[in-house]
Amino acid sequence: MVHFLADNIISSLGITTSENFSSLLSGEVGIRTIYDKKYYPEPFPVSMIDEVSLEHEYNKLTLNYSYEGSTTKLEKMIILSVADALKNTKIDIRSRRTAIIVSTTKGNIDLLDPAKKGCFESDRVLLWKAGNIISRFFANPNKTIVLSNACVSGVVAINTAAMYINSGLYDNVVVTGADIVSRFVVSGFMSFLSLSQGACKPFDMNRDGLSLGEAAATVIMSNKSESNSSIVYLSGASANDANHISGPSRTGEGSAIAIKKAMIEAGITAKDIDHISAHGTATPYNDEMESIAITRNNLQDVPLNSLKGYLGHTLGAAGLVETAVLLEEMRRNIMLKTAGFEEHGVSKPLNVLRQNESKELNCCMKMASGFGGSNAALIISKQEINEPGAIR
Amino acid sequence: MNRELYVNNYCIVRDHRIYVNGKLCFESPVSNGLREFAKAAYRNLAPNYNKFFKMDEISKLGFIASEYLLNYISIDEYKNDEISIILSNSHSTLVTDTNHQNTISDPESFFPSPSVFVYTLPNIMIGEISIRNGIKGENAFFIVEKFNPEIIVNHINNLFLTNKSRAFIGGWVNHTETDYEAFLYFVTDKKALPHNRQVINNLYNNL
Repeated sequence: MVHFLADNIISSLGITTSENFSSLLSGEVGIRTIYDKKYYPEPFPVSMIDEVSLEHEYNKLTLNYSYEGSTTKLEKMIILSVADALKNTKIDIRSRRTAIIVSTTKGNIDLLDPAKKGCFESDRVLLWKAGNIISRFFANPNKTIVLSNACVSGVVAINTAAMYINSGLYDNVVVTGADIVSRFVVSGFMSFLSLSQGACKPFDMNRDGLSLGEAAATVIMSNKSESNSSIVYLSGASANDANHISGPSRTGEGSAIAIKKAMIEAGITAKDIDHISAHGTATPYNDEMESIAITRNNLQDVPLNSLKGYLGHTLGAAGLVETAVLLEEMRRNIMLKTAGFEEHGVSKPLNVLRQNESKELNCCMKMASGFGGSNAALIISKQEINEPGAIR
Repeated sequence: MNRELYVNNYCIVRDHRIYVNGKLCFESPVSNGLREFAKAAYRNLAPNYNKFFKMDEISKLGFIASEYLLNYISIDEYKNDEISIILSNSHSTLVTDTNHQNTISDPESFFPSPSVFVYTLPNIMIGEISIRNGIKGENAFFIVEKFNPEIIVNHINNLFLTNKSRAFIGGWVNHTETDYEAFLYFVTDKKALPHNRQVINNLYNNL
């Protein structure tokens, strides 16, 4: 059995899971319109991490660690996120039995910008290099595994970690990930005309595209629980639409397959799922596609939210951020409303949450989709543990 | 049921040559970079697939390797969601990233293009191979310092043992400013070379 031991989120709304959750609970939106020619020639809405406090927190943290090399913004975010999550578990990060997986789409891509030339060695932009920094910082003896599979990276990273633990390859896996807002990414999404005017509006009639965000997040998974009640990983899958590299399938093909495979592996049916955390980017096509994939699996009545209206789309971090929030929703038995959602705007009658709602949450699903026709899903569940610490 | 996996076929693209199962299948007369090589290799197979010409260079490389690999086998006996594609490289999409960066660095000539930007994700080539062959199984793309069979072998074995997939395209597709290399292999439970780290390493190194 694979247990979720601890987690962290670093975003515009806070530097711990509980800070983020408190902000989300009060309906705080981290997306602001900024005008900074460093990123884009025109104003655009985005959820950004405050760099001054990031530096401050990182400098405080390094007093407790022996690592002396310089680190990029992305690496600082990941290190802070992992360090905070580690505080809440007993796992040994220096053990050979503990692996680290980093999920990211573009890593240190800001280093390609001529303005940053010379700040770091030129090949620091390679994703495995950032991975090496993380294992060195925490003195983990294994090579950090870097997974880069567009916007499903985070969910696929958690699925991969669960397979590592279930197959006995590792006892513990620290699944972390981050992406930063950069001129590279902002101008790319702008060229696709896929950014919203204001904060994005998932599943809404008037949704007009996604908002970008930056975040790091971590979930720590293990073959042992550390308490009497645990949230465990039940199942997960990924699937390709085999349809288009930049547009989702109109039939929800890959997403429907991923959900179906995950439900079969978990041995559950639609009525067993209490709550869904959707991908919900607020682009017209993504949300419509998800509504079809959900309905194809008879899950249309299950209360559902998207968190993109609070934190924007954090790309390779999104699956981790949203799974960490889902874990917190389950611990507190509260489902968060979908910020930005007012009027139902997809063709299938989904149960999109308009208000925060209390509900006993035992079994929940996380969905993700991304460029390259990629889709993924995972299912997690509460479990009473008789003997914490036993491997079962 | 047999719970072991085997490497049924493999394809290596290296030094302007394409080898399938160790046999030289194509050699390009030109030696001026990936773009020309990929075009010549494509014309040699003549698949009449216009999407090829829209791809960036590394996707063309992955696509060509998959075409030569799958040219000699049938995947029809597997359901489309039983076939998975698990790839890796060391440079992600750095060449295409640099192309995109060059369109946005100078405010005077700021002109990002969606047709370049979309290819700045390594798993796009998985999407291209999936579209071409109607493959709808699991996907993952790993970034490693150098060719490392262990991550891919583990991932494929894990997907197989958890009944998520029955056939796999695994391997490595890398492109730098100065070089390119692809090594794709097809794995099923049909008896052939055992699918393990040593065998994969040998196939990669012994050409």
